[in-house]
Amino acid sequence: MTTPALTLSAAIRSPKHPGSPAIMPYVTSGWPTREGFGDLLVAVSQQADAIEVGVPFSDPMADGPVIQRTSREAIEAGTTLPWILQTLAARKDEIACPTVLMSYLNPLLAHGIDRLVDDAFAAGVSGFIVPDLPLEEATAFDAACARRGLARIALVTPVTPDERLRRLTAGEGGFVYAVTVTGITGGDLTPGDIHDYLARVRAIAGKPVCAGFGIRRAEHVAALAGHADGCIVGTAFLEALGRGDDPQAFVAGLRGT
Amino acid sequence: MDEPIDWNAWPDGQGRFGPFGGRYVPETLVPALERLEQEAKAALVDDGFLETLAGELAAWVGRPTPLTPARRLSEAWGAEVWLKREDLAHTGAHKVNNALGQCLLAKRMGATQIIAETGAGQHGVATAAAAARVGLPCIVYMGAVDVERQAPNVRRMQAFGTEVRPVSHGDATLRAAIDEALRHWVSDPAGVFYCLGSVVGPHPYPWLVRQFQRVLGVEARTQFVHATGVLPDVVMACVGGGSNAMGLFHPFLADDVAIVGLEPGGRGTGLGEHAATVALGTPGVLHGTYSLLLQDPFGQVQETHSVSAGLDYSGVGPEHAFLHHTGRATYEVVPDEAAMDALYELARLEGILCAVETAHAFAGAKRWAAGHPGARILIGCSGRGDKDLPILSAWEAGER
Ligand SMILES: Cc1ncc(COP(=O)(O)O)c(C=O)c1O
Repeated sequence: MTTPALTLSAAIRSPKHPGSPAIMPYVTSGWPTREGFGDLLVAVSQQADAIEVGVPFSDPMADGPVIQRTSREAIEAGTTLPWILQTLAARKDEIACPTVLMSYLNPLLAHGIDRLVDDAFAAGVSGFIVPDLPLEEATAFDAACARRGLARIALVTPVTPDERLRRLTAGEGGFVYAVTVTGITGGDLTPGDIHDYLARVRAIAGKPVCAGFGIRRAEHVAALAGHADGCIVGTAFLEALGRGDDPQAFVAGLRGT
Repeated sequence: MDEPIDWNAWPDGQGRFGPFGGRYVPETLVPALERLEQEAKAALVDDGFLETLAGELAAWVGRPTPLTPARRLSEAWGAEVWLKREDLAHTGAHKVNNALGQCLLAKRMGATQIIAETGAGQHGVATAAAAARVGLPCIVYMGAVDVERQAPNVRRMQAFGTEVRPVSHGDATLRAAIDEALRHWVSDPAGVFYCLGSVVGPHPYPWLVRQFQRVLGVEARTQFVHATGVLPDVVMACVGGGSNAMGLFHPFLADDVAIVGLEPGGRGTGLGEHAATVALGTPGVLHGTYSLLLQDPFGQVQETHSVSAGLDYSGVGPEHAFLHHTGRATYEVVPDEAAMDALYELARLEGILCAVETAHAFAGAKRWAAGHPGARILIGCSGRGDKDLPILSAWEAGER
């Protein structure tokens, strides 16, 4: 039986453009505008292999200045998790790729975890990335996800020991989020430095591996081809949106097409 | 009657105090926190470490601090009032007990750099001094609003050779400073030691900071019994993150003694007007711990207001949430106005200028005395007010 988590894995393993790693842009929901959010998702989904839909939070401790700022502006504009879920549900049939909700834990707790999983499932969401929910605290969350076949995507980092890596990446469905840097979002990557690390993660993980943090340009994506199944592009994508660039062209440009 | 709670049994292996606490952090920090937990547990049962700590607490901090009978205050309030004088500890507040302990631990763990956050600047000053004492470089993050209202402490940190980094985003107070210190730590979890200043944050900090602050409660309990032959009727302390209060309360938890924490009521009870987290907050996760916090219905953490920078925080230590949850301690709210009145009353009756944070405990104690004539009240005098001269000037000029 297929589940949203397995569908997500498959979308990353078989990207729209097979020569390139899967491309997964991150967007801060409700930014740059609330009115344009649904249309933005639909447009980006034509090009992207999956979309990371960010829930803005007041204290994004793993994020750099750009995501801090977009989050603050989105919250000030009235963006809330229920509104994000409603928008996703309303545009579900037009969104042409899997979506993953990326959120710090507190907004999810405020919604209620069981209700969250039901609402997310109904909105067509495939899974969750929760940067401040480590494995040790995730038992109840995982049980709730399992009910609906949604993925909780584990983050791993260059300082994660092998033994822990094994526990973090166990099971199937979704993908492994390989944080490329020991640091926060918004940096600039040197892809050659992380080939060994990605090889180590891929050797252990039984699911696709997507690299994220500091991936900004087509050269980065090209240099990660063959080393990662997918690339997550957050800060650079938001900067492009902020400049008013065409989001579909930006995603296509990351593939060098 | 239910089984009495064994207060020493908490936190459990997951860093929980009942339902509160835990470790909600980015994966990058998990190995660093696991190592900190192991090393801290080993250090706190190691005779050599404990001897060094005790030696430094005596020779460098000036412990034990006195227990002072407040004679004129007692007369004015119709109670028997005693003060545990953390204002007389080196650098002027209880914060140094924890800062010294953590800096010694950092040295033992081979850290190359200390970072810290600070609100009022007292934890920053204490960490700057302790880092100098153990010989490690130090960076302190401080909200831009606090850099201005606690300017004397910025100069003191700089004199100790510490770099003070103002944080101007977010609420530009303590919460933003912690966010930024965590971001710094995420970028070098192996070399950097994060010296967290209160009983907040991910496990093991709430436990570790409490253990380093417990010295003040242990001393106070012994001194009180020695001076009076009995225990106090009530123990009272101000609560920001809650470290001076946890240190004072913990040795009294198994006693038949009332325990009251005083939180900053600011200028009202609306969201954003106060920082009374236990009294008015709801459960949630902030800065790596599940505790009570001030948030909107969608889980966004709210800004706070307090005349005192050190209490101006939307979260609170998980052990306080637990003491509240079990009913073992009660938490009351003190508005800015009452705290400032109490500060001047203490100064004029006892010749002690306490910190604006500390003044909240005095205002709460005065109210408590009015309802309990003749009661024996032990107040945690957490710090001195020299740093607050700009706040006093502004207050006297009518700024609210
Ligand atoms: C003198 C004094 N008391 C109390 C506090 C509040 O901290 P905590 O609640 O951790 O004791 C501070 C914090 O800066 C302080 O400087």
